[in-house]
Amino acid sequence: MRNPKVRVATTSLAGCFGCHMSFLDMDERIVALLEQVEFNRSPLTDIKHCDPCDIGLVEGGLCNVDNVHVLREFRQNCKILIAVGACAINGGVPAMRNHYSLQSCLEEAFLNEIGVDNPMIPNDEALPLLLDKVHPLHEVVHVDYYLPGCPPPADAFVKILTDLLEGREPSIPAEILHYD
Amino acid sequence: MNRSITVIEIDGQAVPFDEGQTIMDAAMAAGIYIPHLCHKPGLTPHGSCKLCTVDVDGRSVSSCTMPAVNGMKVSNNTPALMEVRKSITQMLFVEGNHLCPSCEKTGDCTLQAVAYHLGMLDGHYPQFYPKRAVDASHPEILLDRDRCILCALCVRAGREVDGKEIFAITGRGIDATLSIHSESGLLGDSDLSVDDLAAHICPVGAILIKDEGYEVPIGRRTFDLHCIAEPGLEPVILRKGDHTDA
Repeated sequence: MRNPKVRVATTSLAGCFGCHMSFLDMDERIVALLEQVEFNRSPLTDIKHCDPCDIGLVEGGLCNVDNVHVLREFRQNCKILIAVGACAINGGVPAMRNHYSLQSCLEEAFLNEIGVDNPMIPNDEALPLLLDKVHPLHEVVHVDYYLPGCPPPADAFVKILTDLLEGREPSIPAEILHYD
Repeated sequence: MNRSITVIEIDGQAVPFDEGQTIMDAAMAAGIYIPHLCHKPGLTPHGSCKLCTVDVDGRSVSSCTMPAVNGMKVSNNTPALMEVRKSITQMLFVEGNHLCPSCEKTGDCTLQAVAYHLGMLDGHYPQFYPKRAVDASHPEILLDRDRCILCALCVRAGREVDGKEIFAITGRGIDATLSIHSESGLLGDSDLSVDDLAAHICPVGAILIKDEGYEVPIGRRTFDLHCIAEPGLEPVILRKGDHTDA
């Protein structure tokens, strides 16, 4: 009987999808990876909810209640959760809004910004409520491993996944470790 | 001159030193890297960042302030010390707003380079996200206190090299802040010049020279190409763009 594939889920929360783009920068190496893994919930598959998974890759920090909800779904379903990229690890660029009150951010973006037509702060009930501050993942759930970078280079994705698939404790070599 | 040879041992390696040198002085002269942020040769040691903590005969001391004594046995590169130094570095990261992707200093930042050297992957502790004032009043120099680690290198460079009392650390504990000695408290009203050492010595992105932030592209900067533990980097760290790789 064939071994079942390792199931991987990915998501982007308060991020820019740059980490996902960098993940895809592994180019043809994804073919070999797909011999061993299958993607579950991910923007790459458009599957909307997690089945039980082996590895969860979470890009972005937490800026609204939906982010928190998705993160908890990932934590509940993924045996190993990896915080991917600067925003997941310390809030990153979105956390620059933590300098200001949420109200003043909304007023700047939707009322006072130059060129705003029909100034109004969006309040449709379908919109997830914003958190008062942007937070990194580890302040809400337990995170197993961290993959720094903005974005982490494709080589770092390959390295951490290869380590896990081969049953090793993941490590990021100094040459590909950076925070920018 | 008849001088007896004085030697300390760092991780089992015999390291000669001259009377009056600290453990850090002796290590640097021998090309041994002891992580540090608040120390710069030529300035009075400050002993505040504690990254250079080493074990001497079972006691933890700051190597930048501890005079070398003949026969001392110093442990530097041990897993336990590296772990403690990593924790100190993580605390420095979470206490400020160190968002590397948005910082002009990235790649040339000593805090970042030390963190790379220590294998830091995350901040571990909850983020403080402090609200600290930016001072852009000086025409050529920016002060972003978000990234200040209170190492006091600018304070000492001003006082000891430039002959100017411009910077000071005021307040205590979590309220400590980098203050400017000028009538308005603004950098623009001080006599800080772009030629002063104090304007260039900042190990992080707190004091930046304007209009040159991206002269060297990200990926080609000092610590993109070098590990901070490499001997001989000390002069290069001061002025980005001056090294041959740029």
